Amino acid sequence: MKITLDVNGVEKTLDLDARVTLLDALRDHMGLTGTKKGCDHGQCGACTVLVDGRRINACLSLAVMHDGDQVTTVEGLGTPEEMNTLQREFVSCDGYQCGYCTPGQIMSATGMMAEAAEGAPSHVSESLTAPADLDDAEIAERMSGNLCRCSAYPFIREAISRAHAAQTREGRE
Amino acid sequence: MSVGTRKEHDSAHLHVTGAARYVDDIPCPANTLHLAFGLSSEAHAGITALDLEAVRAAPGVVAVLTAADMPFANNASPAPEPEPVLAEGVVHYVGQPIFLVAATSHLAARKAARLAKVDYEPRPAILTVEQALAAKSHFEGGPVIWGRGDVAAGFAQAVHRVEGSFDIGGQEHFYLEGQAALALPEDQGMVIRCSSQHPTEVQHKVADALGCAMHDVRVEMRRMGGGFGGKESQGNPLAIACAVAARATGRPCKMRYDRDDDMMITGKRHDFRVRYRIGADAEGRIVAAEFTHLVRCGWSPDLSLPVCDRAMLHADSAYDLPNIRIESHRLRTNSQSATAFRGFGGPQGMIATEVALDHLAHAMGRDPLELRQRNFYAERPGAACPRTPGDISGIWKAGETHYGQPVEDFILGGITEKLAQSADFAARRAKVAAWNDANATLKRGLSLTPVKFGISFTLTQLNQAGALVHVYSDGSIQLNHGGTEMGQGLHRKVCQVAASIFGVRDEEVRITATATDKVPNTSATAASSGADLNGMAVKAACETIKARLAAFMAESTGCAPGEVRFEAGEVRAGETALPFATVARQAHAARISLSSTGFYATPRISWDRIKGQGRPFFYFAYGAAVTEVVIDTLTGENRILRTDILHDAGKSLNPAIDIGQIEGGYIQGAGWLTTEELVWDAAGRLRTHAPSTYKIPACSDRPRIFNVALWDEPNREETIYRSKAVGEPPFMLAISAFLALEDACRACGPDWPALRAPATPEAVLDAVRRARGAA
Repeated sequence: MKITLDVNGVEKTLDLDARVTLLDALRDHMGLTGTKKGCDHGQCGACTVLVDGRRINACLSLAVMHDGDQVTTVEGLGTPEEMNTLQREFVSCDGYQCGYCTPGQIMSATGMMAEAAEGAPSHVSESLTAPADLDDAEIAERMSGNLCRCSAYPFIREAISRAHAAQTREGRE
Repeated sequence: MSVGTRKEHDSAHLHVTGAARYVDDIPCPANTLHLAFGLSSEAHAGITALDLEAVRAAPGVVAVLTAADMPFANNASPAPEPEPVLAEGVVHYVGQPIFLVAATSHLAARKAARLAKVDYEPRPAILTVEQALAAKSHFEGGPVIWGRGDVAAGFAQAVHRVEGSFDIGGQEHFYLEGQAALALPEDQGMVIRCSSQHPTEVQHKVADALGCAMHDVRVEMRRMGGGFGGKESQGNPLAIACAVAARATGRPCKMRYDRDDDMMITGKRHDFRVRYRIGADAEGRIVAAEFTHLVRCGWSPDLSLPVCDRAMLHADSAYDLPNIRIESHRLRTNSQSATAFRGFGGPQGMIATEVALDHLAHAMGRDPLELRQRNFYAERPGAACPRTPGDISGIWKAGETHYGQPVEDFILGGITEKLAQSADFAARRAKVAAWNDANATLKRGLSLTPVKFGISFTLTQLNQAGALVHVYSDGSIQLNHGGTEMGQGLHRKVCQVAASIFGVRDEEVRITATATDKVPNTSATAASSGADLNGMAVKAACETIKARLAAFMAESTGCAPGEVRFEAGEVRAGETALPFATVARQAHAARISLSSTGFYATPRISWDRIKGQGRPFFYFAYGAAVTEVVIDTLTGENRILRTDILHDAGKSLNPAIDIGQIEGGYIQGAGWLTTEELVWDAAGRLRTHAPSTYKIPACSDRPRIFNVALWDEPNREETIYRSKAVGEPPFMLAISAFLALEDACRACGPDWPALRAPATPEAVLDAVRRARGAA
């Protein structure tokens, strides 16, 4: 099937078997290997990408379902020379060890902060309607779909918290 | 100086932008074939017929290989006894590779592998400890027994005695990056790129499989997405399969296990049943201890024998036990071949002793912490908190382990005292008791446990390392060493060593992929030894070049070579101060070699594993943790509420990396002891073969309060900048979480709860019932 995807702001036209996952389309057909394959069945979160701004597990979604969609991968956030705020905070907090889950953590955190800003509650939110304050417990709960076997969780939580604080400051200024 | 400062991981900027390439991310040549194994569905059976016609006829299939098609060695074993890559007429576990498919895509290979028709003649399968003991299914012919003193005489003296049996579950590594390898034919040789902690062993095994010398195989390894011991030997079959298929087809071959296949095929941490008997005098001094380790090793020896050795070596935990006997049964079972996993048997050996000690304290009605402190090894006077149990002569004498090694560097008295203070242990003990008196449903538990972990490979010959350092004429430095990077920050630490010696910024030093053609004959990056061994080898190489540069500068400035200093990016001799790059350029022009190898062999160690006597370890790494938990006595649910850790990393090479290792090790250890449960069914099939059924810690499983600090004291042995190894020791800090759970169960009734590990909700409920008097 022929589909067109907007990947990191670049339009890509692909001719794919209908059974190819979005993850395999990115990695094997577009050479975007920043998105990782951990478990390939939606349990580890290493393949998290944004589709039209929402975080999804790319391994659980077929590429042909996304004809015309905007896909953002870790390569779309920043480069080693020009990182975005979240990426910089992961570096300064050591928010990883082996680094394999890191792209998924960063994409998930990006989507998660947007969800929180829109007022989406989590399992640990006090209120279902009032906007949630992204404290440590909220971050931990909202990031529970992204596994890190090195268990760098303390630093991951710190990195996200600091990026959120920086973004909130920027938003106010 | 760079050493001792907080520096980010050497690939930090690449990790966060997705630019760090792992094996599966390497662009492959267009004609690359993809491999998959066909797996056994039986735990133990003879193969009477193997019909692979449908496999060969499947779309995209280029080659199908069986054991008979292996041109030379069919052996992936890291041990002397062979371990076939492809089954030779008999299968020994569910998931064992029988044949190999090479196809034009990963999916085509996996689909084809399922089309085989295999006729099995079932044989009796040995799955459990009981079955293995009944069948006398031992590696090494029977149990291994080590000890010291006279256990019978010890028990005769004992006033208090307890005995019990403790089951400890295994653990799946669940490295986020699954096993992967790529073979590229090159001239008459083969280039392998793989995710392995042991490139030299891959080189050796691939050479044997291709019937060539090691010089025809080059193995390159840039980084792993986690290893934890699971990539010490378990990657060998993939690399061998790729090399053999590449030789057979003339095409590059790549293999990546699907996650379910990975968990079905590869070995895990050994599960143990430990029978213990322990006795103490009226004061709580342990006078006799006896342990029987019953270990399911799986179908092949792999690394089981040294793992079981290390469990025995850590049966003293942190205690001076005058009369001790350990009997270790290494049982051959029809399951995955249990293998290396962070701690390498040490955690199982230690936790059994710690559980026995809590059991004894329970029987005596004493505080477990007090009992621990009473039995610690003697501490050198003048240390932060000297304790000399059992010695009133005033003359300090180092304690000695059951294997005859003096414990000269014991510091747990001081660590424990300081941690008990900073964690407010005594007051919280009282608060927990008050809480438990006031609450019927939720019960709290608190525990402080020590860690003493022996550092060095127990196989003495592995304690060596090499390095290759180049200074280029522009002053930039490139280096290689035998260690592999799996997230532990080894490359950053080694960079810091080189930068410190040359007095330059870390950015001037680049470490490239670990490669067998740059540094040969390396040991696995394992046993926490990476920075200790490779840091010293790199230091030796850097010192050689530095001495040449110093002599050169001395000659041109007229000062003594010993007075030349390398600091702040400059080389300073008397009044002269030149940028490091200028000196490099001038030295090159003066025809001075700017390249050197370096070598290191750990001193002071010797070990006789048959007798179980000697000094297997260069030194010990220490630490202690306090964990507080809460359990729900109606559901068995449990949470870690607070953890305080004080850990000894010597004079830390990089405190940021070390703290990360300590936190990560603790959480991973807590996973092993709480949520991570491996379940095999009666047919020997692993039923927890995916993250949907096997629960590792998630982001929210970090303790709610988590205070981690370093014990700041230089290593008493001459290690790299007096640091200590930090990869494995913190894993065992999690024993405090398990014993806190047991403590909470003890609050439910008068009886010993005999909690099993992992402490899943079911296990906690069973333990609560036992505490309340149920048989």
